[in-house]
Amino acid sequence: MAAPELDVQAVARLARVALSEEEVATFGAQLGRVLEHIELLGRVDISGVEPTAHANPVFNVLRDDEPIAGLQKEEVLALAPRQANSLVIVPKVIE
Amino acid sequence: MNTDLCALSIPELQAGFRSKAFTPVEAITALEQRISTTDPTVGAFLSRNFEHAVEAASNADISLPLGGVPIGIKDAIAVRGEFCTCASKILSGFRAPYDATVIARLRAAGAIPFGRLNMDEFAMGSSTENSSCQVTHNPWDPTRIPGGSSGGSAAAVAASQVPAALGSDTGGSIRQPAALCGCVGLKPSYGRVSRYGLVAFASSLDQIGPLARTTRDCAAVLGAIAGKDPRDSTSLELPPEDFLAGLGKDDLKGIRLGLPKEYFVDGMDPRVKASVEKAVDFCAQLGAEIREISLPHTEYAVSVYYIIATAEASANLSRFDGVRYGRRAENPSDIMDLYLRSRAEGFGSEVKRRIILGTYVLSSGYYDAYYLRAQKVRTLIRRDFTAAFDSVDAIVCPTSPEPAFPIGDRTDDPLKMYLADIFTIAANLAGICGISVPCGFIGEGEKKLPVGLQFLGKPLDEAGLLRIADTYERASGFTNLRAPL
Repeated sequence: MAAPELDVQAVARLARVALSEEEVATFGAQLGRVLEHIELLGRVDISGVEPTAHANPVFNVLRDDEPIAGLQKEEVLALAPRQANSLVIVPKVIE
Repeated sequence: MNTDLCALSIPELQAGFRSKAFTPVEAITALEQRISTTDPTVGAFLSRNFEHAVEAASNADISLPLGGVPIGIKDAIAVRGEFCTCASKILSGFRAPYDATVIARLRAAGAIPFGRLNMDEFAMGSSTENSSCQVTHNPWDPTRIPGGSSGGSAAAVAASQVPAALGSDTGGSIRQPAALCGCVGLKPSYGRVSRYGLVAFASSLDQIGPLARTTRDCAAVLGAIAGKDPRDSTSLELPPEDFLAGLGKDDLKGIRLGLPKEYFVDGMDPRVKASVEKAVDFCAQLGAEIREISLPHTEYAVSVYYIIATAEASANLSRFDGVRYGRRAENPSDIMDLYLRSRAEGFGSEVKRRIILGTYVLSSGYYDAYYLRAQKVRTLIRRDFTAAFDSVDAIVCPTSPEPAFPIGDRTDDPLKMYLADIFTIAANLAGICGISVPCGFIGEGEKKLPVGLQFLGKPLDEAGLLRIADTYERASGFTNLRAPL
């Protein structure tokens, strides 16, 4: 398997988490050791083995198409950090 | 009133309600008093709404299966109108707008959801030290951790603050704290219990389950919360089962118990090993046939788990973005800044670490080497159990390789912390059920620390698993243990 080439800063940006310089250094060292441990899996013969995503493979589960009450709009909007006019307010996303 | 209502099991509480020896309001009041005096030491509860609980108790229908019985709730499970923060700053102050299915079912069974119990942030941890809110102390020795991530649930049960509690188990988070706190903890099979309203950590592994001071009480709570839910497509349509019906047996005759040789590893505490071996001998005295078995892929379980669980967590936790609910950073310059800083400020170190690991193993170029490979080894781990269950009815092994360790002992070493889950993780990967029951104590100075015995059962054989655990628990005398507080 691939050698660990973990660029913590780049991955953190993909994950949308800002990290301090200190966190980058600490996590890099700690996760390096974790990835080293995980390298163990390279020893397992997995030829011809199907992956398991779920313990019980169930597919295309649909519930009956019956309308049920959803959450109250006001109640849900009240949870937003900023809201106005029945909308959640965020910084401008389109230039 | 002479009876200590806090010491009672669920059937004892119900007998008292029905004979009018005491009322549900008196029971919840006694628990509230107990919490007031003991929780400054234990720190299990993040919040509780005693007035609501009294109101529910005064209206309780005691003819129902759990009528009037208070149940503590892990802070990851939504109860309408109550805080639901997963012990994270990113959800600080968040109140759930609906009931989780397990809560709706507890209410329908007459139970009273009571209090919010501490946990590792987003259930990531094995000691509850990752809570952003407070430290929870082991009621048997308050200088030590209660286990995790459902550490608040286990500590509250062991401290007699509630007769039972709900936890969630992704890699051992019910069984390991139950073992370390001397109570019983059940992880149901994948698909047995709906997760609707459980804050998702790793969706292919998460299950909700009960913690209590007896197996019988766990069985009673499981009976209330189990079943198909149209709101969780992974919950299975199964015939209704009475999990209490098979309990009360005096022996284990005819039961074949598998002893996996890989579960008695170097590095485990020799006192835990001795305690578990004694318990296995006792199972044999009770009539069980002990067979040595092999689960050859055991050594890979921790690695597989930390790939799959972090990958799924990185996806699940993307919903905490500071937009629709939860914490938002002040004065964001643009949307990217809003995401980056809200999540930086809201998540603790362990959560960030796991999100980064999970994002990495899913990232382009590494997916096949890590995630896909882990899923394939997961298949092999599952096959190990399928093969073992051809020749045994259940597996017996330790729950945790060591007793509760001192608070602060290993917070700087994530890998060491991850290895604490070595005996519990495989059950989640395989989707089978597992239970931890107390099997002895280890003396540590003036204190004694509980040791847990784990039984692992076939997928969806909770009835068989509970029967074995119940027989062992009552015959061994390690039943209804209460920490001296």
